[in-house]
Amino acid sequence: MAGRRLLFAVPVLALVSAAVFALGALSPFDPVKQYYGVQIFNASREDVDRVRAELGVDDPVIVQFGRWAGGLLTGDPGHSRSFRQPVADVVGERLPWTLLLVGVALAVAVLVALLLGVAAAWRQGGWLDRVVTAVGHALEGVPPFVLALGAIAVFALGLGWLPVAGLTDAGAEASAGQVARHLVLPALVLGVSQSPWLVLHVRQSLLSALAEDHVTGARARGLAERVVVLRHALPTALLPFVTLVGARVPELVTGAVLVEEVFSWPGVASAVVKAALSVDFPLLAALTLLATVAVLLGSLLADVASALLDPRVATDG
Amino acid sequence: MPFPRGLLPTAAVLAAAVAVAGCSTPSTPDSGRDKSQLTLADAYEPESLNPLLGYGEEGVSKIFDGLLTYRADRTLEPALAAEPPQPSADGRSWTVKLRKDVRFHDGSTFGAEDVVATYRAALDPAYASTVRSGLSMISKVEQVDPLTVRFDLAHPYAPFGHKLVLGVLPSEALAKPEPQDRSPMGTKPVGTGPFRLAEWRKGERMVLEANDSYWHGTPKIRKVNVVFAVDDNTRAQRMRGGEFDGGPLPPNLAKTFEGLDGYRVVTHKSADYRTVVMPTANPVTGDKAMRLALNLAMNRQGMIDALLGGKGAPASTLIPQALPEFVEPSAQFRYDRAEAERTLEAAGWVKGADGVRARDGQRAKFSLLYPAGDNVRKDLAQAFASDAKAVGVEVVLEGLGWEAIEPRMGNDALVLGGGNPLDPDLKSYPLLHSSYAANGFNNPGSYRNAEVDAALEAGRRTTDPAQRVVAYKQFQRAYVADPGMVFLTFLDHTYVVREGWTGYQEVVEPHTHGFTWGPWWNLQDWAPRR
Repeated sequence: MAGRRLLFAVPVLALVSAAVFALGALSPFDPVKQYYGVQIFNASREDVDRVRAELGVDDPVIVQFGRWAGGLLTGDPGHSRSFRQPVADVVGERLPWTLLLVGVALAVAVLVALLLGVAAAWRQGGWLDRVVTAVGHALEGVPPFVLALGAIAVFALGLGWLPVAGLTDAGAEASAGQVARHLVLPALVLGVSQSPWLVLHVRQSLLSALAEDHVTGARARGLAERVVVLRHALPTALLPFVTLVGARVPELVTGAVLVEEVFSWPGVASAVVKAALSVDFPLLAALTLLATVAVLLGSLLADVASALLDPRVATDG
Repeated sequence: MPFPRGLLPTAAVLAAAVAVAGCSTPSTPDSGRDKSQLTLADAYEPESLNPLLGYGEEGVSKIFDGLLTYRADRTLEPALAAEPPQPSADGRSWTVKLRKDVRFHDGSTFGAEDVVATYRAALDPAYASTVRSGLSMISKVEQVDPLTVRFDLAHPYAPFGHKLVLGVLPSEALAKPEPQDRSPMGTKPVGTGPFRLAEWRKGERMVLEANDSYWHGTPKIRKVNVVFAVDDNTRAQRMRGGEFDGGPLPPNLAKTFEGLDGYRVVTHKSADYRTVVMPTANPVTGDKAMRLALNLAMNRQGMIDALLGGKGAPASTLIPQALPEFVEPSAQFRYDRAEAERTLEAAGWVKGADGVRARDGQRAKFSLLYPAGDNVRKDLAQAFASDAKAVGVEVVLEGLGWEAIEPRMGNDALVLGGGNPLDPDLKSYPLLHSSYAANGFNNPGSYRNAEVDAALEAGRRTTDPAQRVVAYKQFQRAYVADPGMVFLTFLDHTYVVREGWTGYQEVVEPHTHGFTWGPWWNLQDWAPRR
């Protein structure tokens, strides 16, 4: 299954990157202006035109795409104009920070989902259940950047517990302690913003699992409630949960863009914004590809996991 | 990021309390702080540190040296040059002797080949340098001997010394002709300057370390952290929390630090003007009487007091009062609304029933564009519109991106900023000489005035300082007789500086971006106070 899916990913990736170039060509932003920056105000038109020709930014999109794709196939993803660095360097420097942020956030989301989802389903209709359901539905409608600004206002500015933004304090080394302290708020915000779907899903599927025959049977045998819920009901409920986590990856990627931007987190997601504003084709295409790969891999891993966990799931067919 | 205003003071107190209570931020003023280090906030992060892409173009950069550099009084002094360069008798050739025993940060020796390579790269289109337009007078750069360079000019250019402040790169870095955004010099610069780049985490901070083999002596400040905090409120907030030893703040926020123990608010005069371009192609703004009347109708001091917290100076031309040697006292517009109305009446602009003037069926109405997101320009545009309305001229404001502004600026008025105090030629010529008409952003209104052209020509061709002053005074008189723009104000630049160091010297600043000018422009001369 995995091989077939990976093969299928190739045309998807090609299509996505071509689409990025096509959309970028419609952008009103002029790459030469981005190249010049504030220098544009002192430049003569003649010089600007010369630079335009030298950079090849007015070549047809298809030529630019060909140049980029050709480079990519030979192992050179090109040069980022907005960061003034090779694309490989930009991604290399920033990807680890994004993986750290997204990884911790995903762990937070899953943990929150399991704890609250199980607790809510266990005492269905109890006060915890009512609160979790209400807050969960409310959070589903709150965009991550609102949550982020709110969290900054309360925990960083109001209570002063955590730093406002950045990877470290001003001028401090990127030590583990520093990064950990600065990671708390963005990771929590991203994790919590992704959790409502998961929480509500765990709760719902646990509730339906609790109503199934084998659970009723377990209860009838007089097993302890704890054993019934955690050993008999939960495993059945977790199967679709794994698939759902995989399906949430696209949301996680968009969430990361917003959260990194608000918290000035130096990851690849915030680089997307800069690349888009600068019509930085090579970087934009590379990052879009990266996001596409993440989404494809997420759903592939979820499917593999559920196939391994449940022998009834048919893989190829 | 906008934060609820009410939270800020509470947050400031709490942040300070938390910091003092013992986390890793050094924040208690003075006691036990390592003063050989500075941590500064900045609102602007450079895109690149490559001088060929404009880094430190105004002659002050911590990382690179030019052949010449500036003293606090804006005069030039030799840096990588061994002595002040001399022009030939016809003014078309400048010979520069170079300093011996200077080394780049990577240990390689500085010599004539580096100067030649840098200037040739700046001029060669293959390098796609963005500073080329400012060096267009150079026709040839040649090495005379290992420590002498000769520049040949296409025409005599008196202020050429100001073009010799360009940061010099090692020739090895310029071996391959390629667009400079691909050059490692943008992110890993190698210069001869007092500081070397130790680390740059984009979007976050930059760390500079003292260059121990600096030709002018080892800097006493050993390390500088420049932290990028774009949002004004956030920067003020973090400054109050004790995170920074200083940084730029808008006047209203800087004011909150006045009288605060351990801090000083520093105000620098500047040549940084804001002007309204009046395109000659527009039937309303193209009328000489209209432009003259609007210049008289502007309450410039009122704008400064109301919009800039008093931190600014009225502007009639682009020569600020802060440069007394060049200012022509008679070339200043006073605020005289009655005279403005008389001028318009006399030119045939008659008030209609709705209070807006018209002439031969042409309504006195035009659009004024400003870059959206620039609050100072937006405020000034609104003030301009309201002062214009008072004399019966209707101004329609449009805040747009530069992409949308550029194709329209030949026909619609525009709030433009710029300015350079170092020599009047540097900005006056491209902004107002007819040869730059509609050439990029240089003279966007296509202003053409033969007398102004002649005076500007004289100013750049005469080498005698007294003659040059005469030429620029003549330029100002000719300009105000037929103004092509409505200059509004020069902006003061305000900074908050923590006490504890010596070496600060006041300067008049250009229109500049980021950590080059500012109170720390001469950081290599700073030292911790005992």
